[in-house]
Amino acid sequence: MFPPLPNPPTAPTPPRFGDKDLIRRSASSVTPPAQRQTQVAKLIDVSKCIGCKACQSACLEWNDMVEEVGVNVGVYDNPHDLTPNSFTLMRFTEWVNPETQNLEWLIRKDGCMHCEDPGCLKACPAPGAIVQYSNGIVDFVHENCIGCGYCVKGCPFNIPRISKVDEKAYKCTLCSDRVAVGQGPACAKACPTQAIVFGTKDEMKTWADGRIKDLKSRGYKNAGLYDPPGVGGTHVMYVLHHADKPEIYAGLPNNPRISPLVEIWKGVAKYAGFAAIGALAAVTVVHGLFSGASRVSSHDEEKAKEMADKPPEGTPRENA
Amino acid sequence: MTNSWTDIKNTDLVVVMGGNAAEAHPCGFKWVTEAKANRGAKLIVVDPRFTRTASVADYYAPIRQGTDIAFLLGVINHCIRNDKIQWAYTKAFTNAAYVVKEGFGWQDGLFTGYDEEKRDYNRSTWDYEIGPDGYAVVDETLQHPRCVWNLLKQHVAIYTPEMVERICGTPKDKFLKVAEMISECSSPTKTMTSMYALGWTQHSKGSQNIRAMAMLQLILGNIGVRGGGMNALRGHSNIQGLTDIGLMSNLIPGYLTIPTEREPTFDVYMSTRGFKPLRPDQMSYWQNYRKFFVSFLKSMWGDAATPENAFAYDWLPKLDVPAYDVLRAFELMHQGKMNGYFCQGFNPLLSFPNRKKITAALSKLKFLVVMDPLQTETARFWENHGANNDVNPASIQTEVIELPTTCFAEDEGSLVNSGRWLQWHWAGGTPPGEAKHDAWIMAQIHLRLKELYRKEGGPVPEPIVNLDWRYADPNEPTPEELAKELNGSAVVDITDPNDPTKVVVAKGKQLVSFAALRDDGKTACGCWIYSGCFTEAGNQMARRDNSDPDDTGAFGKWSWSWPVNRRILYNRASADVSGKPWDPSRKLLEWDGTKWTGYDVPDIAPNAKPDVVMPFIMNPEGVSRLFTRAMMRDGPFPSHYEPFESPVANVVAPKVRGNPVARVFRNDFEQFGDAKEFPYAATSYRLTEHFHFWTKHAHANAVLQPEFFVEISEELAKEKGIKKGGMVRVWSKRGSVTAKAVVTKRIKPLICDGKTVHIVGIPLHWGFIGEAKKGFGPNSLTPYVGDANIETPEYKAFLVDIEPIAGPVA
Repeated sequence: MFPPLPNPPTAPTPPRFGDKDLIRRSASSVTPPAQRQTQVAKLIDVSKCIGCKACQSACLEWNDMVEEVGVNVGVYDNPHDLTPNSFTLMRFTEWVNPETQNLEWLIRKDGCMHCEDPGCLKACPAPGAIVQYSNGIVDFVHENCIGCGYCVKGCPFNIPRISKVDEKAYKCTLCSDRVAVGQGPACAKACPTQAIVFGTKDEMKTWADGRIKDLKSRGYKNAGLYDPPGVGGTHVMYVLHHADKPEIYAGLPNNPRISPLVEIWKGVAKYAGFAAIGALAAVTVVHGLFSGASRVSSHDEEKAKEMADKPPEGTPRENA
Repeated sequence: MTNSWTDIKNTDLVVVMGGNAAEAHPCGFKWVTEAKANRGAKLIVVDPRFTRTASVADYYAPIRQGTDIAFLLGVINHCIRNDKIQWAYTKAFTNAAYVVKEGFGWQDGLFTGYDEEKRDYNRSTWDYEIGPDGYAVVDETLQHPRCVWNLLKQHVAIYTPEMVERICGTPKDKFLKVAEMISECSSPTKTMTSMYALGWTQHSKGSQNIRAMAMLQLILGNIGVRGGGMNALRGHSNIQGLTDIGLMSNLIPGYLTIPTEREPTFDVYMSTRGFKPLRPDQMSYWQNYRKFFVSFLKSMWGDAATPENAFAYDWLPKLDVPAYDVLRAFELMHQGKMNGYFCQGFNPLLSFPNRKKITAALSKLKFLVVMDPLQTETARFWENHGANNDVNPASIQTEVIELPTTCFAEDEGSLVNSGRWLQWHWAGGTPPGEAKHDAWIMAQIHLRLKELYRKEGGPVPEPIVNLDWRYADPNEPTPEELAKELNGSAVVDITDPNDPTKVVVAKGKQLVSFAALRDDGKTACGCWIYSGCFTEAGNQMARRDNSDPDDTGAFGKWSWSWPVNRRILYNRASADVSGKPWDPSRKLLEWDGTKWTGYDVPDIAPNAKPDVVMPFIMNPEGVSRLFTRAMMRDGPFPSHYEPFESPVANVVAPKVRGNPVARVFRNDFEQFGDAKEFPYAATSYRLTEHFHFWTKHAHANAVLQPEFFVEISEELAKEKGIKKGGMVRVWSKRGSVTAKAVVTKRIKPLICDGKTVHIVGIPLHWGFIGEAKKGFGPNSLTPYVGDANIETPEYKAFLVDIEPIAGPVA
């Protein structure tokens, strides 16, 4: 059993991280702290998950969200997609293993991956609407959010959702409020089988190694950890029985990368300066590119690369 | 459970059959994931559906619902044929060697002594041969043709892998793979645990489903050991407590039985409860029955229960039928013979079979009292909710009185979990509105009835007016007072039998355990198996020390487990005949030459010699039973019977419909459908997103699983033109429901005896009130018939038809 975190103290405690620990801030620059905090991570072991949705329930309860009572559309997934109220969702896939002809019911808890290299943050034009702490948590600061939806387009995992009520973007916070007082995320706390565990990123990788060994001993020769390098690794990782085929888990991207469109946008933004009136024109132009599907077609990519390779004169390239 | 939830982590093989632990018991299921992660344990799931439990299993095999006995007897046959038996255990600790009376037999699906008219057996041949010494005759060599082992061998011989495939629809290779994995646990150093629930109980032969697995566990040597056992996963957090304290019409607390009208006096009642040992030197612990029974009567009627009036034996009701189970209660209501009904924490309109009959029965009542913390459909059975409750309120005269009660988080007390742990809990909130604790309501009714009897008299007022009611506040006995009463106390000073001047327990003091109970009225005890839960040392159920020396999973200082804080029943059987643990790495108890020592409270006298006193101390034999004598109505061995509504004929007994001794009320024979009219095999089950009918009142749960649906295979969907997310109508001979269709690969058609059998899955949880969308329950469709021994309704196997109807398609 992964050792449970002790209960929080009853006396108020100062938060363990805050503005001083920011390493990135959307559409603005920060002075990174001299030393990064220990990086945290949530590990979701898909092979241990029983799809009970306790995580979904805990997420709604902890964040005080009221989701709509929907309908059944012939599957177990409810709600049918992430929403501004549902930051996490069990996605069920019935997959017949071509090697064994056996049915496997793959159940993946979807939600923000807290990328080390966060596409949402990079795409965000609103100063300080998206921040990244040195422990790895990527958080949305709603009072700074302008509801443009670029974070949705910037996310390689299609996670943020814009609320129709307040026109702001919402997603999993990795329970930054709980982590700030030494607790793990609510979903991990509620998970009955410890399919979700939380700790430092190193601890999680070690824990995952043990799980992968167990899975390999049971014949899952491609069992492995999902910590995609294309986004610099993530602070939410999966143990998968078939790590060679992440896409069978309800379309988990095989090699997620930030859309090159984001790079262009960053270029334009830097060049124009967000406050500048000219930026509005630039936004309009880039918005045209963004308003398509969030999935990047090869054509889009080529076009974007072309544009990215030829930044407007005098525009410094984003290197982060 | 013979073992406990926490003990499951010690197992090598988990067999989930007749249950869906990950779905219905997700929190307890963590111990399965622990066993898998830490011991490399394997998980097998055998189920008509590929369930959430199957999604994390190492091996899954499909089975047609209602054929578990054929499967399990097939595994027993496989073990016998391949000599995969824990022989030392089987020979010493079971009745394999006992010789059965001449005349006993099995033919054409029936045991000796069947009376078709009465739908019952004369069970006189179902017993051991008794020798001239008064003890059962045994043949240790297992050579006697009528010894239990040879009878068993013969009885299971027909259940070959081919026969299992014909009956169950389980492909032969899959059955053999499961049988092989199970048979490996015959090694003394490998154990298997059986986790089951309503998937085995809710059949017309539910008790025998469980017995079949218990027999298999015995010949594998898996009872009484760490990581083994028969583990019933209870559906409510306190349903174990419900049966413990005798909330069944034929029981009184501690599994004592209510007298029948053939037992008019205390002496006649006791004459059949002597429990004389069937073998020399055996404990036969039920020999103490009189102590438990008299102490119970003393706790009921206090000073009014005296030796002169046989401790008020006359005031106990005497049953004129085997039991007033729920099916009988609603049958009587339906006949107009039961006019008032108290419904406490129950939702019969959605819980009991054949909803049409339930509605009709409730409509005939003069009054219905519903005590519940939530609004229930039963309380609103008279309200028209369109198709979801199509009644005419004007035609129903029943007066309904709703008494709002508190929920578990608003009161204090103990809940008994599946592992027999009595865990004390404290109120987390105050009751809303006019809600009152159940104990307050019951006290008010009692006090008012008592007053009426005092004033007006009436027939037999004594049981009410003399009921011992010495609580600090008679209006509301506290949970602590009630718990202390269940534990028991000394009525007078109890002295040492060897030294009458020495007081062992002073008058009024709490007893340490049931070993202190007396049959002379000097002790009072509400529930003997709970004795020890609340002693002079305090409330043992409130203990919260989670230390677990040597990581055995016992957690002996956490709460309190009945009996006497024992965590694993029959734990003496974890050691061999010389008292050495079968598996030293999983030691539980050990004989040190003079006494039993180890991690658990020994389930035997501490100084009982290992080669003399056998481990199954509750049985007069001292050993466990592969052959259960005349104790079950439908046979001393399990035998395959089809559900009353089956898609195929019984291959091993073509003439027998259903379980031949299951009780069917006369008019209910007409309610059974057949496969010609209703071709599909339906089953009902729960979903993890909901808890019974409670959580449809909770918004978050309603979000997670909002709407009633049925599940069918892609093959059946194609055949019937049903679309995923489309609307369907499902109907049986008793009723009809409409639902969304979930079309899934997780249900596959089975081939049974050459015939394709399609399965329709119907989850429970929806009604017509609450936050979730209005829907139906499976009980609109299920038949009115119960298990032959304990009358649990047959919810798991029945016949339906299905068709697509107009409606939203996703």
